[in-house]
Formats: sequence, structure tokens, C-alpha cells
Amino acid sequence: MLPDYDLLRFIWWALLGTLLIGFALLAAYDIGTAMLLTTVARSDGERRQVRESIEANWEGHQVWFVVAGGASFAAWPLLYAASFSGFYLAMLLVLLALILRPVGFNFRDKIADKRWRTAWDWALAVGGFVPALVFGVAFGNLLQGVPFGFDRDLRVTYSGGFLDLLNPFGILSGLVSVAMLAMHGAVWLALKTDGAVAARAGRIAGFAGIAAALLFALAGIWVAEGIEGYVIGGTLSHTGASNPLAKSVTREFGAWLGNFHVHPALIVAPVLGIAAPLVAALLVRFRLGVAALLASALGVAGIIATAGVSLFPFLMPSSTHPGESLTIWDASSSRLTLFIMLIATGVLLPIIVVYTGFALRVMRGPVRLADVERHESRY
Amino acid sequence: MIDAGIVELSRLQFALTALYHFLFVPLTLGLSLLLAIMESVYVMTGRPIWRSMTKFWGLLFGINFAMGVATGITMEFQFGTNWAYYSHYVGDIFGAPLALEGLMAFFLEATFVGLFFFGWDRLSKLGHLVVTWLTALGANFSALWILIANGWMQNPVGAEFNPATMRMELTSFYDLVFNPVAQAKFVHTVSAGYVTGAMFVLSVSAFYLLRGRHVALAKRSMTVAASFGLASALSVVVLGDESGYTATLDQKMKIAAIEAMWKTEPPPASFTVFGLPDIATHTTRYKLAVPWLLGLIATRSIDEKVEGIDDLVERGIQRIENGMVAYQALAALRQHPDDRAASQTLETHVQDLGYALLLKRYTQDLSTADPATIRRAANDLVPDVPVLFWAFRCMAGIGFYFIALFALAFYMASARRLERRWFLRIALWSLPLPWLAAELGWIVAEYGRQPWVVEGVLPTYLGVSSVSLGSIIGSLVGFVLFYSVLAIIDVVLMLRAIRQGPNEEPAPEKRPLMEGED
Repeated sequence: MLPDYDLLRFIWWALLGTLLIGFALLAAYDIGTAMLLTTVARSDGERRQVRESIEANWEGHQVWFVVAGGASFAAWPLLYAASFSGFYLAMLLVLLALILRPVGFNFRDKIADKRWRTAWDWALAVGGFVPALVFGVAFGNLLQGVPFGFDRDLRVTYSGGFLDLLNPFGILSGLVSVAMLAMHGAVWLALKTDGAVAARAGRIAGFAGIAAALLFALAGIWVAEGIEGYVIGGTLSHTGASNPLAKSVTREFGAWLGNFHVHPALIVAPVLGIAAPLVAALLVRFRLGVAALLASALGVAGIIATAGVSLFPFLMPSSTHPGESLTIWDASSSRLTLFIMLIATGVLLPIIVVYTGFALRVMRGPVRLADVERHESRY
Repeated sequence: MIDAGIVELSRLQFALTALYHFLFVPLTLGLSLLLAIMESVYVMTGRPIWRSMTKFWGLLFGINFAMGVATGITMEFQFGTNWAYYSHYVGDIFGAPLALEGLMAFFLEATFVGLFFFGWDRLSKLGHLVVTWLTALGANFSALWILIANGWMQNPVGAEFNPATMRMELTSFYDLVFNPVAQAKFVHTVSAGYVTGAMFVLSVSAFYLLRGRHVALAKRSMTVAASFGLASALSVVVLGDESGYTATLDQKMKIAAIEAMWKTEPPPASFTVFGLPDIATHTTRYKLAVPWLLGLIATRSIDEKVEGIDDLVERGIQRIENGMVAYQALAALRQHPDDRAASQTLETHVQDLGYALLLKRYTQDLSTADPATIRRAANDLVPDVPVLFWAFRCMAGIGFYFIALFALAFYMASARRLERRWFLRIALWSLPLPWLAAELGWIVAEYGRQPWVVEGVLPTYLGVSSVSLGSIIGSLVGFVLFYSVLAIIDVVLMLRAIRQGPNEEPAPEKRPLMEGED
């Protein structure tokens, strides 16, 4: 006997969140680090130092994102179809940026030419900055609803353009994301490196932590006062067929705060989102690197969880056809697929966590400039 | 109506990015395993030259691996960006192996590949060997899940249509995983990857021996490549035959097109070795055929028929007509979800629903399609015969060539004659062949699957996203520019690394080295 459909759907919503937060915690520090590469490090040695702080482990971390994409395909096919095709050019930008990462890491030190290396340093920085910005912009647009609808065959049509994504709230959300990932990367560098790089990273971490908290708070006020949230009208069966055409949805201001009213304990997510980056900024000043990394991680998790909880049970609200919005109750895979993928994830994810921990342990310890300058690139 | 330009450009973009991605995948598959074998010899014998070999081939592996990862992300994105209706229609089944690929394979590969490069001084000898094997294991698992996903597109088992959600849904995960087509494809594809890795090592080593450089390293590498390559080349051809056999059950049209077999012959059918297939007249000119052979290969019997293209088109017409009944029942069911009679009718004819969808290219109202339109749609069932005919023959020819080449290499290695220059030249100049064969293989498999994106279930035409033509042109141009630059950089870096050669030469040995000592 399979578990109840509504339970499976809820677990998969939480799992998708877990994968995104896992991605943010691990990939965030190397995306953030890459983003800061050209800012925080000046000389060739310093830049190699920054790269060496992440180059053995970044690849595994990026898989969290790939798997979050794969999991949304498997568990929320309509979400995967609507978001990837709707955000077509934005996704293309992210994709081209992500393509720069593996080649940037591997190719840079293969030729000892200044221009060649500088070019790849910038490629890596762009490869960090663009996804960070676009993910934030995408979330900002999800909170406002995006223009899409379905025909009777459930073929999705998206009626907005790329530039429509760059509205004020979308850009603000993009900046929250950039600040948050810059903070996480800078805290990591302050902990992992030494010398001038660590000092610069510490200063950036302070700024970025404060910026992340302030921008996030501003976005919160905006969501409460200036954005119409979405509410399912009437009752929507939690165990019905995955067909998003069978419900009515209304829009009202402040609706995204509804879940926090119903379950006050959830307020912990936005509180962490504001407080933890400030704490991280403070801890970095006092050179408490490990504690700062932990605080920064909690901040990242808090910010992402806030967005997810606010939207719940919506995955992707439609501004033009609100009734056709995708929710966790009517856009999932079949019960059998959700169940099998849950079993697989339940078995595999702990194993992944263990060997990721092992890989990080093998590469533990500071990356000192003096050591870096003594040896060749190991790629 | 869907814009035909969007369909064509989406297909072109997918084909280009997939073929490009597969320039790197086979080498990753083969070389990762060869690295693991070389390092195993190092750990067992303790001879530092095997460590140098592992590091040197590992350096080349790394350049290739980076390109493979970079271009692989495109594939994962592209189902959603360009094939949104496909993603909705079959995501319930197809998404699962893709997600499992990430969880079971890509995580493993990507986590340990970092330790392979950066863990030499931080791990014990044995610890590092385990890391190398896990990287190779990850790469091979990855191929397994991807080919389970692809095998389902060729032979969609374990799934059924659900009218309430307007999509295919999983009924048996077991059938999905143990799909015979997927299993045969997996073995065929990874074996082709191993041949590619072996060919690469053989050719680069031959280059060194021709120049008289890095002789000790090159000879040992060649010996490993020769034996590994021979086993793999045999496996590709033998298990390639296995994929032909499974195709007769599920993809009769594909095999008929590969053989340019227009009419059903009395069994056992003959195998056309050479000929000029003519689409206009449905005949093959200048045909050179071996009697009986195709019937034996394809059906493993002497009395079963291999159906010809014309008969398969006639059967297609029947299935389209059948599918139209299913489609009308589906329309009735949407109006009145409780209509028992419609539900029953749909259930009886649902296996032909996909065939009715072939009509959508020509008419929106499927219920009134006239016989001429139906015939037109049925004629679409015939893939591009000359392309498949030739692509298959070139691929198979190269496959047999590899058996001969690696058998020769194996003999030369055993007889300690690796330094014969004629042999080294052959080994060097055969380098591009595995890539050519692999790309041709994908053309046979995927171009031969047309007009379907999922065989018998969803026509390719319907699978696309509703995006603007401008966006697709933009992305296509972006990919072509981006990928071309990367291709140039990749080749330049590979050639540089090969010219520089291994930088960690072992200490010269005191006495002249006898081959076969280690």
C-alpha cells in the first residue's frame, strides 16, 4: 500500500526545499567565492589561493542544483515544464554561466599567460554572479506571479518576455540573492584563506551580511504591503488528479503572510533570514570563522525557506490565469512515482551527505598563500 | 497549430547539443576505467611509472571531463526549456531516471573526481585508488540511468495514459529499469565508450613511440589499451547485435529503414550489404544482398517475417484510425468525466492514441481527418531511409574494424612488436574513428526514432515548448558560438598537454627494461 498522496506531495515539497537549501549551503560558498574571485584577490597567487579553497569540492556541490532540477522534473513535471520554458532566456543565461564553471576551473592554469588567466578569472566570476542574480530574480517573480496559462491538452504558454522579469521587486530579490551568496562565499574565504585575501574577504563578508539582512527585510515589507499574494478559493482536494485547471484562485494583498499567521512557529525562517546574516557579519569581525560560517548558513537557509513557506502551497502562481497556478496539490507526479523517488532519495541522500562530508574532510585545513605559490596547479 | 519552424529549430538545437555533448562522454567513460586499471596496477606492484601513467592520462581526462560536465548541464535544462510539452506528457516516467542519475551517479562522480586530482598527497595509496574507482563507477552509473531514460523513449514500457492528467504515468518501475532495450543500449554504449578510451590511449601512445618519447610509459599504456580495447570492441559488436534484436520487437520501422527493406520478403529475409535506397520509388538500386542473414539476425529464426516499410505504413494507417476513436472518446470524457462508455472506448483503443496525434501536424480536428490526410500522416512513419542505411553501415563497419585493429594491437603487444612503425601509424590515424562511430550510432538511434519523440506515444512535433521563434534562434546562435569557442580551446589544450607529455618521469632504470616484466 502506498502512503497517502497528500502526504507524499507535502514531503516532496519539503524535499525540493531541502535540495535547494543543500545547494545553497554548499554551492553557495563556492558560487559566492567565485563571484568574489576578481574582487578579493589581486595577484595570480592570490587568485589561485581563492580557487584552491574550492576547486576540489565545487563540482560535487553543484550537483545539488542539478539534482534539484532533476527532482523537479520527476516530482513536479508541470513546474519543470512551465518554469524552464517560461524563463527561457533567463535559463539560457544561467546555463551559459554554469558552463563557464567547469572549464574555468580546469582550463585556467593550463597556460601561463596573464591575459588567458585573467579572462578565466572573470569567466568564473561571471559564472558565479549570473546564476546568483537570476535565481533571486526568478524567486522575486514567482512571488508576484508570472504570466502563463494552459490549453485543454495542458500545453503551457508563457506570455511574458525576459525584460519583464527585471521589474523592481524582481531586481530587489536578485540583489538579496547576490548579497546572501556573496556573504556566504566571503565568510568561507575569511575562514579558509590567510593574508590579504582573508582580510579583504572579512570586510566584504561584513558588508554583504548587513546588505543581505537589510535587503531581505525590505523585500519582506514589500511582500507584506505592496504585493498581492494568492489564495486558493473554495476547497481543493489534496489527493486529486494532477490537473491545475480545476480550481479557483484569488489575489489579495498580504496573502503571502497567511501561513505565518496560521503557524506562528514558521516565523523562525524570516527571523533567521534577518538575524543570522547580521550575526555572521559580527562574528567575522571577531575572527570566529566557524561560527560565522554556521550563522551565514542559517541565514541562507532562512531566506530560502521564507520564500518557500510564503508561497506554500503554491509552486508557481499565474498572474494572467490565477486559477491555473501550479500548487503542490495539483502539479505533482503520480503517487507511484512520488513514492519510488522518495524511497530512492531516502536511501541515497544520507549516503551523499556522508561522502560529501568525507570529501570536505580530506580537503580540510587552511589554504595559505605561501603554500599555493610553492606548487603548480594540480589539475 | 504549432509553428513548424520552432519544431525544426528545437530539434536542430537538441541534436547539435547532444551530439556535441557525446564527443566528451565516451572518453570519460573509457578513460575513467583505464585510469582505475592503471592505478590498480600501481597499488599492486608499487612501481612509480604506473602512478605517472595514471596522473598523465588523468590530466587529459580532466580536460575532457570539464567539457563533458559543462555540456551535460545543457541536456538536463533543455527538456524543460525546449520540450516543455514532452516534459509534462512523460515527466512522470522520464523524470525519475534523470533524477536518479543525479542522486546515484553524478553526485558520486563529481564528488570524487575532485579528490582524484587534489587528493594524491592527502589520501593513502589505497584510499586514492578507491576514489578513482568510485569516479569511474559514477561515470558508468550515469550512463546506465541516462540510457534507461533514453531506452524508454524507444520502448515505452511500464506506463499508461491517464485522461485526468493528460499525460503518461508510471505503472511499473521494474519494467522501466529492466526495459530490455535500455539494458542492451547501456552495454552497447558503455562498451563504445571503453573502445573510445582505449583508442585514445593507443593513438597518443603510438604518437610518442613514433617520436621515440616517453617510451616506457607509452608501451605500458598501449598494452593496457590493447587488451581492454579488444574486449570492449567485441562487446560493442556482439551487444550491438543485441540492440538490433530488441529493435525488431519494438521498432520494426527503424530496422526496416536501416535495411532499406521496402517490401516484406518471404522469411528468412536477406541482408542488404550495399545498395542505393530510393525514397521516391520505394526501391533499392544496385542491391547486393546476402540471403537469409537479416532474418537470422533480426528474428533468430528462419520462419518469422521481418516486415517491410510498405506493410508497416499500412499497419500505421489502421492504428491511426484506431487512435482517432480513442481521441474522440477522450474528448467526450473531458466534457463528461463520468461517461462510462467513453471511458471504456478510450481504454480499448488507448494504445493507438499516439498514432492519432500524428494527424495534429495536418489538422486540428482529428475526428474529420480524410483518408488522404491519414495516409500523409502514416507516411511520416517512415524515417529518412538513405541516412539510416548509410549511417548504420558506416558505424557497423567501423565496429568490425576495431575488432581487427585491437586484435592486431593485442598480438603486437604480446609478441613485443609494438614499435613497428606501420602499426604505430595505423594506430595513430585511427584516432577519430570511435567518435565518428558513436555519433553515427546516435543518429541511427534518434533520427531513426522519428517521427516519434516517444515511440508510438508522442510525436516529436507535439513535444516542443510554446516559445517564440526569436528565442530559439537566439539560443541556437548562442550555443553554436559558445560551443565553437570551447571546442577550439579544448583541442588546443589537449594537444598542448599531449605535446608536453608526462611531467613526472620516473627515475631512469639501471638496466634496459624488459617488456612484460611488470
